[in-house]
Amino acid sequence: MDIQETQRLLSEYLQGLANLFHRLPGSAIFLRYVKSSYQNDPIRSAVELFLFLFAVRYLLAPKYSTKPGVVPLSEDEIDDLVDEWTPEPLVGEPSSLETMEVEKRTVITGPIGPKSKLANGRTVMNLGSFNFYNFNTNEALKEQAIQTLRNYGVGPCGPRGFYGTQDVHLKTEADVASFLGTEACIVYSQSFSTISSVIPAFSKRGDIIVADRGVSFAIRKGIQISRSTVRWYEHNDMEDLERVLAKVTKDQARKPLTRRFIITEGLFETSGDISNLPKIIELRLKYKFRLILDETWSFGVLGRTGRGITEHQNVDAAEVDMIIGSLAGAIVGGGGFCAGSEEIVHHQRISSSAYTFSAALPALLSTTASATINLLQNNPGLIEQLRDYTKVMRAQLDPRSDWVYCTSAPENPILILAIKPEVVAAKKLTESDQQFLLQDVVDECLVNGVLITRLKSLEDNFEPKQIVAPALKVCVTIGLAKKEIESAGKIIRHAITKVMNKKK
Amino acid sequence: MPRRFSGNSLNDTSSNSSSFSPSSGKGGTAIKASSVKSNRLSQFFSVSPKPKGESQSTQVTSQPTGGDTNTSGPLSSASLSLPTISLSTATADNPTMDERSPTTLFQPPTPEEARRQARQNAQFGPISHPSHRYSSRHPGGVFPEPVMDEPPYYYLLTTYISYLILIAFGHVRDFFGKRFREENYRHLKPRNGYGALNSDFDNFYVRRLKLRINDCFERPVTGVPGRYITLIDRGTDDYNRHFYLTGTQTDTLNLSSYNYLGFAQSEGPCADMSEESVRKYGISTPSTRAEVGTQDLHLEVEDLIAKFVGKEASMVFSMGFGTNATIFPVLVNKGCLIISDELNHASIRFGARLSGASIAMFKHNDMKDLEIKLREAISQGQPRTHRPWKKILVVVEGLYSMEGSMCNLPGLVALKHRYKFNLFVDEAHSIGAVGPLGRGVCDYFSIDTAEVDVLMGTLTKSFGANGGYIAADKVMIDKLRATNPGVFFAEAPAPPVLTQISSALRIIKGDLVPGQGEERLQRLAFNSRYLRLGLKRLGFIVYGHDDSPIIPILLFNPAKMPAFSHEMLRRKISVVVVGYPATPLVSSRARFCVSAAHTKDDLDRVLTACDEIGNVLQLKFSTGIAGGALPPAEEMAPPPEMEKEWQRKRSAKISPPRWRVEDVIRRGAQDVKSPLY
Repeated sequence: MDIQETQRLLSEYLQGLANLFHRLPGSAIFLRYVKSSYQNDPIRSAVELFLFLFAVRYLLAPKYSTKPGVVPLSEDEIDDLVDEWTPEPLVGEPSSLETMEVEKRTVITGPIGPKSKLANGRTVMNLGSFNFYNFNTNEALKEQAIQTLRNYGVGPCGPRGFYGTQDVHLKTEADVASFLGTEACIVYSQSFSTISSVIPAFSKRGDIIVADRGVSFAIRKGIQISRSTVRWYEHNDMEDLERVLAKVTKDQARKPLTRRFIITEGLFETSGDISNLPKIIELRLKYKFRLILDETWSFGVLGRTGRGITEHQNVDAAEVDMIIGSLAGAIVGGGGFCAGSEEIVHHQRISSSAYTFSAALPALLSTTASATINLLQNNPGLIEQLRDYTKVMRAQLDPRSDWVYCTSAPENPILILAIKPEVVAAKKLTESDQQFLLQDVVDECLVNGVLITRLKSLEDNFEPKQIVAPALKVCVTIGLAKKEIESAGKIIRHAITKVMNKKK
Repeated sequence: MPRRFSGNSLNDTSSNSSSFSPSSGKGGTAIKASSVKSNRLSQFFSVSPKPKGESQSTQVTSQPTGGDTNTSGPLSSASLSLPTISLSTATADNPTMDERSPTTLFQPPTPEEARRQARQNAQFGPISHPSHRYSSRHPGGVFPEPVMDEPPYYYLLTTYISYLILIAFGHVRDFFGKRFREENYRHLKPRNGYGALNSDFDNFYVRRLKLRINDCFERPVTGVPGRYITLIDRGTDDYNRHFYLTGTQTDTLNLSSYNYLGFAQSEGPCADMSEESVRKYGISTPSTRAEVGTQDLHLEVEDLIAKFVGKEASMVFSMGFGTNATIFPVLVNKGCLIISDELNHASIRFGARLSGASIAMFKHNDMKDLEIKLREAISQGQPRTHRPWKKILVVVEGLYSMEGSMCNLPGLVALKHRYKFNLFVDEAHSIGAVGPLGRGVCDYFSIDTAEVDVLMGTLTKSFGANGGYIAADKVMIDKLRATNPGVFFAEAPAPPVLTQISSALRIIKGDLVPGQGEERLQRLAFNSRYLRLGLKRLGFIVYGHDDSPIIPILLFNPAKMPAFSHEMLRRKISVVVVGYPATPLVSSRARFCVSAAHTKDDLDRVLTACDEIGNVLQLKFSTGIAGGALPPAEEMAPPPEMEKEWQRKRSAKISPPRWRVEDVIRRGAQDVKSPLY
């Protein structure tokens, strides 16, 4: 009786509940779903129910940090840690080499010409600047620069993308392109930043760069920021290059095709020697790599008319994908350029950061660069004279000196003079010893009226570290007479001997 | 001085100042014709070579002549070298005549004078009224966050839809293009065993979106980017892929160059001294700073900059981008943390990435977010190892070039005292442009420069030169000299560029042509506020702080970027339009860069043009929360000390400001000096 009553109540209650459920919107869908999924198999429904409950639990679970290893701390603890924390000073104590670098800086009053006046009032022969052709004090070029100044002012006051593109920039770009024989050219406002920005514009993460071990600091920075995979080959060693290329090709055979680049310099900044471009072109075509060639030191110097290493080694400039050069230095304008095909240049106009995010080149430096290129093109005699002078200078130093040897190519007006390895070994010279010795040589030369410099190198945070042999840097200029070059050579040689003999 | 004439009479009569008055309505398409011609002609006649002695005499003449002062018109080299002896004697007794009096018979300037003056005015406009000056200075109190107004949802929605349509359309075109016009896609596909030069995906935006509006970018120009800028007209036959020059030129009012103080001039003391510098020092410095590229000029400029910004020492570089790209590796390295504002310039990111330090970001100008990041960084230390960070460097910009906002320096300094981090302020845009003495954000907020560890800036913008500088303690600069790649490997700045910097700095300080620097600074501040207030009152959404000379107005829909640019160009005003990826996707904008070279009439012309274009393009979105609201009645404008109170009362019922352009111009000059919010 009682049980029946209970049963009745229960079924009534359930009936009410079912009615209520049916009245809920969407209940019919739910029931249909349960019916169709049941299929006479209770386990099936049980699994579904379990999954549903799991999903609910997952959604309701407390959130957790995606950063691993964060230690939960209370506000007071954080305050204590903040009080406790003492940062290192922003810059550390200077090393002795750095102190020397600051103290020994040469200051020139007046123009940088073949003979320059120092801050102490003495006039010396300037064999430290890149003023090879002495264009810097050329009156016609000056007049032209002034004319530009009077029409354009000094700065363009804006980046190239926003009304900073002046007609003179377009002209310089066209001039360089036609000079080199490439389709197009793009001008940057600083030579040093050009290559560091060109490389990451094309080579991205996952792309492959094969680079010479001896490349300059700027190229290293470009490679570093591109985050590409780098393979290095021994400096100027074509067999090693081929080995690396073959290895990369083999390793990548099964992977999707990525961009691959060979990066090298025409004349090397750190050693002054020259690349074997025909061989590199041959290899690049064989292994299908693109070639980025840094002609910062060879543009305006190599070749019959100064077109650079392509002219010097009879290579068509169109065979090189990107030629990067400097309009500062020997050209005495400013900025750098990258020459190549239309597509390559066009791409940089949007994606090369040093171009897009930097103010344009001052108009007067741009017109000067155009004018200088024109001068070089029309006066091959200048380059011949420079080579002649270089030979004269070199003759005084390389075979004659017992202490140093010249690593530069014979055509390079920048003579890099490193201490002979046997001398380093005999005197047990550390790298910093050599730097101090070479600075003594520079000082000694200055006393005798010749201004030269040390090869500057910097350690960076990019592995593998670059090893740059300490060296002297002598830059020949045709602004001096041949006799003067000869006597300067003698002075440098004697200074080296004097300093080296002193060092026990 | 052989020839003098009143700047006043010339200003009143010269065609370009009077006819730019907004009452002419048309914004001025035809009005510049006369000055255009003379500008061209004067360029033709200008003979740059000139004897040495004369240039020195011209250095002392003041360029921007005060409207009411009877200062002498600057004597340019151009006319001096012309054999105009008879002319100069004819005008020599001019000063004796009372030219101020309107009853005096009009004395027409000689053609050369007129041409020369027109040319100078095209580079730097004479001030139209002495009251058009203001001193840019933080009024004290809490530095307000700029109010970010938002448009009705309709515009946001249509913006997204526009992008969707553009992207869909681009893909359709690509689909067919890749099949029927294969040659156009060659560099995007692997070919002959070479990988694709550019990624198809990365290139999509450029190819399908930017290409459509390419004619608004990289417009070639010629001449001085001063008050006016001469565009070289171009056309296209293949939908903006290539351009050809049509052979004509258009003179436009320049609101695009970063010529804040108007030093982009080819005449006047700066240009004269730069010319002298080329003659004396040659064109460039063909060496690096560490080798033999340090001249007395470099040291002089470094000394001037250090004194100007208020630091012990400084160092100049030949490129602003390069300065940032090379400085960070010297300051920080592995084990250090850089906390950078999310909107910092690409060059800072470039340098920060090279440094090897860890990089964290905080929300733009959000001091609370920065504090959270700092607390987390200091308490947690380096990831995984939990060792304390060696150094923490907070990097901000003084003035943000796309937002027009200034960094909250008081907030940063307060945090610095608590959290002991090092502070790096990039004053690329703010140096010269803000502060009562033009010395950047420290000057603006009256904060001791010792609070900021490293002050970086560019010399491209306010000083009309090129390059960048770092100013800091002597110890740090010495360290830079010995370790900075920019010193070791980059070319040194060229002599004419350095002279431009030093002469501009001397003018700002008042050592050279006393009064002119002050005038430039105050005119820039006035102009900035005037245009900003005017745009707000017209109903545009304007970003940024009151005193910023960068004034972005929001356009939102992508198609309005080229439309705005073209309409402005039709009215002979050149502006910069920017969209994604330089800004967030929705907030495409047009940016005005105000200069001291602009006159009020120029800005009125801009306001009139904006009013017309704003109506046509439906750009007046503002809700009024960012200021510029119509006062209930004109005479009810509250006294300044009750301004805030009054604002609060009104804040409940803000009505969208939609002033008539005539009222904006009429009331603008007097209202500029009160807070714009």
